[in-house]
Amino acid sequence: MSGKLLDIRGLSVEFGPVRNPVRVVDDVSFAVRPGEAVGLVGESGSGKSITALSVLRLVPEPPGRVSGHILFEGTDLLPLPRSRMNAIRGKEISMVFQEPMSSLNPVMTIGEQVAEVLMLHGETDRERRRARVIELLGLVGVPDPQSRLSAYPHEFSGGMRQRVMIAIAVACNPKLLIADEPTTALDVTIQAQVLELMLDIRRRYKSAILLISHDLGVIAEICERVVVMYAGRIVEDAGIRSLFAGPKHPYTQGLLKSVPTLFDDRRRLYQIPGSVPTPGSSRQGCSFRPRCPVALDRCATETPPLIHHGAGHLAACWAIAAEDAA
Amino acid sequence: MARYILARLLGAIPTVFLVLTLVFFAMRILPGDPAVAALGDNAQPAQLAQYRAKMGLDAPLPLQYVHFLAGLAVLDFGQSFMSDTRVSTLLLHNLPYTIELTVTAVLIGLVLGIPLGVLAATHRNRLPDDAMRIYSLIGYAIPDFYLGAILLVVFSLWLGWFPINGAGTGFWGGLYHVILPAITLALLKSAFIGRLTRASLLDVLGRDYVRTARAKGAGERRVIYRHGLRNALLPLSTGIGLSILATLSGSVAVELVFNRPGVGQLLIEAIHQRDYPVIQGGVIIFALFVVLVNLAMDIVYVFVDPRVRVQA
Amino acid sequence: MSDVNAPADIDRLGAMVAREPIAPEPRFRDLVVRVIFARASTSIAAIVVVIFFVIAAGATWIAPYDPLEQSFIAVNQLPSWQHWIGTDQFGRDVLSRLIYGSQNSLVFGALSPLFAAIIGGILGVSAGFFGGVTDRIVRRIIDMLMAFPELLLAILIAAALGGSFWNVIIVLTVAFTPGFARVARASTLAVKQEPYVEAAVAAGVRTPVIIFRHVVPNILAPIVVLMTLWSASAIRVEATLAFLGLGTQPPHPSWGNIIRDGLENMFATSWPILAGGFAITVVVLAISILGDSVRDALDPEVNQ
Repeated sequence: MSGKLLDIRGLSVEFGPVRNPVRVVDDVSFAVRPGEAVGLVGESGSGKSITALSVLRLVPEPPGRVSGHILFEGTDLLPLPRSRMNAIRGKEISMVFQEPMSSLNPVMTIGEQVAEVLMLHGETDRERRRARVIELLGLVGVPDPQSRLSAYPHEFSGGMRQRVMIAIAVACNPKLLIADEPTTALDVTIQAQVLELMLDIRRRYKSAILLISHDLGVIAEICERVVVMYAGRIVEDAGIRSLFAGPKHPYTQGLLKSVPTLFDDRRRLYQIPGSVPTPGSSRQGCSFRPRCPVALDRCATETPPLIHHGAGHLAACWAIAAEDAA
Repeated sequence: MARYILARLLGAIPTVFLVLTLVFFAMRILPGDPAVAALGDNAQPAQLAQYRAKMGLDAPLPLQYVHFLAGLAVLDFGQSFMSDTRVSTLLLHNLPYTIELTVTAVLIGLVLGIPLGVLAATHRNRLPDDAMRIYSLIGYAIPDFYLGAILLVVFSLWLGWFPINGAGTGFWGGLYHVILPAITLALLKSAFIGRLTRASLLDVLGRDYVRTARAKGAGERRVIYRHGLRNALLPLSTGIGLSILATLSGSVAVELVFNRPGVGQLLIEAIHQRDYPVIQGGVIIFALFVVLVNLAMDIVYVFVDPRVRVQA
Repeated sequence: MSDVNAPADIDRLGAMVAREPIAPEPRFRDLVVRVIFARASTSIAAIVVVIFFVIAAGATWIAPYDPLEQSFIAVNQLPSWQHWIGTDQFGRDVLSRLIYGSQNSLVFGALSPLFAAIIGGILGVSAGFFGGVTDRIVRRIIDMLMAFPELLLAILIAAALGGSFWNVIIVLTVAFTPGFARVARASTLAVKQEPYVEAAVAAGVRTPVIIFRHVVPNILAPIVVLMTLWSASAIRVEATLAFLGLGTQPPHPSWGNIIRDGLENMFATSWPILAGGFAITVVVLAISILGDSVRDALDPEVNQ
C-alpha cells in the first residue's frame, strides 16, 4: 500500500480581483493513501474546507481560481472534462458536508435523493435501486427505512439528515470519502453517534477518509494522520501519535494546549494570543509570526518551508529548523 | 391539507366582503346624480323621480346596501342604466373574451419567460444575461397599450397579417384575433417572469443542496432542471400570481387598443357613460378575480412545497 | 403591469436598513456623483432625465406651436420641416403636444410619489414604532391594497372618482401608499432595535424627538429610492389612465391621450402613436435605470 490514492501538489485557491487576489489556499501539498484516514485540522478561515471542496472541484469558478495539481489514482482532476469529473463525483470520491440542515434538497424525498446517486452511476433498475436505498438507510441507522423513503428532509432531525448524507456518500463504495466538519452542526450526543458511524463505514468499506475538522479530538478518534493548516498553508503533517506526543509547530503546540482533558488541573485553558489573520493580509514571511512565542527575525521576511523533522513528521517553522540544526 | 385550504378560503371572506362594501359606498358617495346621467340634463324632475324609484335609488342607503348584497348572493348586479340589459348578462357576455386573452397571454408569457430566465441565470454576466437585463428593463418601461399600438400598426395595419379589431368566432377565429393582443401582454410578462426566474434560480443554484447534487455527480442539466428549477418554482409561483393579476389589469388597455370585447372594455365604456350598475359589476368582477388568484396561489404553493404541505 | 417587481424591491429596501453599514455613510453628494458616473447606462439615463426636466420646465419657450391650436387646413400631416412629427386629426402640432405633455408627466411623476411617501411614511413609521393595534390595522390595510396591482386599483378608483387632475393625483397616491408604508414600517422596526434607539427610549427621550432624530433620517434613503422608482411607475400609470380616458382630459395634452387620439386616427397617420409611446418609454426607462443604480449603490449586498 505504498501508492497514493490522492496526491495534492501545490494547490492554491484565490478569490477576488486578479491583480489583488485573496489567497485562501496557498501552495498546499499532501497525500492520502488507499484506506488511510487523514485529518485536516485548522481554525475557521484556515482554508481547510476550500481545500476539500477543490478535490471535487466544487469551488465555484468564477469567482474562485484553483491552480496546482490534484492527482487521484495518478490522474490530475483539475483539467478533467466535466463529464469525466461527474463520473468520479459520488462514485470514486464522495463528500459529506457540514450543514446537514441545508444539504438535502427540500422538495425531493429522502428515497429519491439517495437513489439519485445510484442512478447517476449506472444502477438502471428501479427495484434494485429501491432495495439498495433501504439497505443503505438501514446501514447508517435510519430507523424503519422502508417507510421513511417517501419522507422529506424537513421531517428529519439534523442527525438523521447527516446519516442520510452519509448514506448518499457511501452508496457507491467510494475509494475516498471526504467529510467536511460532519459533526460540527450536531448536538454532542449525536456527534458521537455519527463519528461511530463513520468508523463503522471505514471498517466496512475500507474507504480512505479525509476528515476536515477544527476539533483535534474528533480527528484523533478516526484518523491515523493529521495535516494542520494555518492561514491557507500547511504548518504540520504528522502521524496522530507523533503529533500528540511531540507537536513541532508552535501553532500545533498551542492548539493541543487549548484542548481540555479530563485530567486537567489548569484553572484556565490555554489561549493562543491574537487571532487568525484575515485572508489576503500580508503574505510575507510566516503568517503565524504575530502570534508566535518563539518567532525569529527571519520569520518576518521568509516563508518557512515544510520540512522533515523525524520520520513522517513534517513542519514549517524556522525556530524548529534552527533547533534541529543546533 | 384540506384544512389549510379551507382556512385560506375562510380567510378570503372578510376581504371579499370589505371590497364589496367599499365598492358599494364608493358608488353612492359619488358626485353627480346617476338619474341625471342616465336621462340627460334636460330631464324633468318627475321623470328623474320615477327613474330613481324604478332603480331603487330613492331607498335609504342601508336598505340599498342590503338589496345590493342580497342581489349579489344570486349573482344579480342590477340593471344597466344605459341599455335595458341586466348587468350579469353583460358581464357574462364579456367575461369569456377577457379570460381567453388573459389565459393565452399568461401561457405565452410563461413559455417564453422561464427559458429566458434559465438562459440568463446559466450565462450569468455574459451576453444572454445582459440581453435579458435590457429586455426586462424595456419590458418594465414600455406601457402595454403602447406596445399593443405598435404591434397593431405594424402587423395589422402595415403588413395586414392580423385583424384590426374584434374577437372572431370559433376556435381558430378566436385564436386569430387573440394572438396579437395576447402577445402584447405576454412579451411584457415574459420580461418580468424571466427576470424573476433568473433571480430565484441564481439564488437556488448557490444553495447547499445544489452543491450536494454536484457532489453526487449530477450533470449540469440535471442540476439546473431537476434540483434548481424545481426549488426556484417556489418563489416563482408567487410571481406568477402577481403576473396573472398584472395581465388582467393590462387587459383593460389592450382590449381598448385592439377594440376587443371584454370586461375591461365594458368597464371603461360604462365609466364614460356613468353607467353605475355596470361599473359596479365590472369592478366587483375584477376585485373577485384578484382575491381568487391570490387564493389560488396560496393553494398552489401547498402542492409545490412539501414543507407547507405538512404544516397544513 | 410590470410593477409587480415592486414587492421584491420593497423587501430588499426594508432589509437595507437592517444591515449594519460596512463603511461609514458616504456623503450624499459623493454618493450621487458615484452613482451617476459608475456606469455608462446610468450617465445616459441621468442626461435623459435632465433633458426631460428642461423640456417640461421650458415647454412654453421650446414648443414651436400652441399645443391646443387647431388648424383645419393642416390635419394629418406627415413629418415635415414645419411639423417635425406631423399633425393630428385636428391639425395640432404633435411635437408641441408631446412637449407640453411632458409637463403633465413631470407633475404626476413628482407629486404622487411625494404624497404617497409622506402618507405612507407616517403610516409605516407609526405602525413600526407603536406596534400593537396601530400596527395591526395598518398592516391589514397595506395587505389589502397590495393584493391589487396598482393599475387595477387606479382604474377602480378612477372609475369611482372620475378623471380630474386632483382625482388622478389621489388615485396614484392611494395606489403607491402601501408600498411606502411597508418600507417605512420595516425600516422603523429595524432602527427601533438599534442599541442607541433603545438607549434613548430608556433614557426617557420624548417619542417625537426619537422619531425625528433617529428614525426618520434612517428610513430616508430607502424612501428616496422608492420614490425614484415609483415616479417612473406614476408616469406610466398616468399615461395609461389618460389613454383609457380616465386621466388628463382632452384637449389638454398628455402622452397617454396623444396615443388615444392617435389610435382613433391610425388609418391617417401612425406618427402620434409611435412618438407618444416612445417618449413615455424613454423617460420611464431612464428614471428606472437611475432608481436601480441608486438602490444598488445603497445596498451593500449588490456592491460586492
